[in-house]
Amino acid sequence: MVTTATTAAAEAAARAAAEQVTDPELPMLTLADLGVLRGVSVDGDTVEVAITPTYSGCPAMTEMSRALAGALADAGFADVRVRVELSPAWSTDWITPRGRRALAEHGISPPGPAPRRSGPVPLTLGPPRRTVHCPRCGCDRAELVSEFGATACRALYRCTACAEPFEHVKEI
Amino acid sequence: MTDHDSVPEADAVHDNAYAGLLGDADPHWAFGTGFTDPLAGVDPTVPSDVDRADLAAYCLMLGDDALVLAQRLSHWTSRAPDLEEDVALANVALDLLGQARLLLARAAVVDPSVVPPSVQAPEDALAYFRPAEQFRNVLLVEGVDVDFADAVVRLLLFSVHRLAVLERLTGSRDAVLAAVAAKGVKEVTYHRDHAARWVVTLARGTDESRRRLLAALDRLWPLVPELTAVHPVERRMAAAGAGVDPSTVEGETGGVLDEVFAAAGVDRPAGPLRRAVGAHPGAGPGRVMPGIGDALTPLAPAGLAEPEPRGRDGRHTPALEEMLAEMQEVARAHPEATW
Repeated sequence: MVTTATTAAAEAAARAAAEQVTDPELPMLTLADLGVLRGVSVDGDTVEVAITPTYSGCPAMTEMSRALAGALADAGFADVRVRVELSPAWSTDWITPRGRRALAEHGISPPGPAPRRSGPVPLTLGPPRRTVHCPRCGCDRAELVSEFGATACRALYRCTACAEPFEHVKEI
Repeated sequence: MTDHDSVPEADAVHDNAYAGLLGDADPHWAFGTGFTDPLAGVDPTVPSDVDRADLAAYCLMLGDDALVLAQRLSHWTSRAPDLEEDVALANVALDLLGQARLLLARAAVVDPSVVPPSVQAPEDALAYFRPAEQFRNVLLVEGVDVDFADAVVRLLLFSVHRLAVLERLTGSRDAVLAAVAAKGVKEVTYHRDHAARWVVTLARGTDESRRRLLAALDRLWPLVPELTAVHPVERRMAAAGAGVDPSTVEGETGGVLDEVFAAAGVDRPAGPLRRAVGAHPGAGPGRVMPGIGDALTPLAPAGLAEPEPRGRDGRHTPALEEMLAEMQEVARAHPEATW
């Protein structure tokens, strides 16, 4: 039982350290709030951390792994293995309420509910239907500039009231 | 004291101005992306009744389609009609490159014999050290875009087909392929919508944009039948429940394309989605298999001598060789370079 208790304590400490690590491209979010951190487990002296890419081409996976290993080393865990978990695929629905607030506070419009469908994906020829609020003035009439932004997960909008451009985390 | 000496501590910490740029990261290969394994820790199991050589070849087919189109799309960065479009096409290219990384890495795990001899990560060796005849992409993705209309029409034709294939592949008995497909569906949905909107925009824009759109459609349409032509590897993978018979998506993709053409006010180009050249014994009623020789005539870009190449079998146009010559040149010249 001592071993179990020790492992549980170590796991809690490892999880706490891993949950502090922030996303390199959305630094207002922790990897936990982004939903990218999928699990932390301890086996003996080894910590295994599971992360999932937001998009297939996410170029930040290397940096995330490095930051996780660094944070865990600071917490006293020298042997860290970062494991990629591909399934289930990341969804913006996994961004926590705290993460959504942090995005909005930093001028990025958080995503709405991810599309749920059965059967073939329907074609969307018009602008995507979503309610987007300008993170600066709160106006809900924003126009889409581009579905693709500075990173794979963001679209570009412009507020029609205050005219400020802003980014929106697009739903997947 | 000189000004230089008065800078506090910084010079003592860093011997040169560039030292801090690398941080404490280990030097890695100067090319490619394989310095971290995209499948690190992913269960490598292959279902026992799925042929490993077929699975690896199938991963290369889907991976090479994505890799080659990613390279072609990247060409548009700084050349698109506006800055937002530069960014959009670069994003699409990045998604496809990511899919290619996963699929090439999977091919290497499943059947290491497909990887050329190299000290680099398998995905990089596959991208940088294979000759054109070992690439298994369809011809649609390898040509040079004549203009922006070409780029959006190609992206439409490609993503309509790929999305339909990936949706079915989410049920693959190979867990890694199923997972890659499930991620890819989300990404390619955005690509397909983006391309479709551009096709409508160009078709309903100016006389010149419509003229270019129609010309691009005429140029690229003959490459469409190859998308649903069934390679023996695809047929065996579909039979094993691990892959998709591409001919089964034809009805769905034709419907999606017709929807786009209707919105664009454009007629579907003459010529079938698939070219009938004779019934295949294993195919159902009405199903036809493309042959090797004259059946491929309509697939050939203008100016090519017969016999026509076919991408899934490694028979390509000079355009792919030229693209790879540029993409691979520095890596081949300096295969040990690190930074």
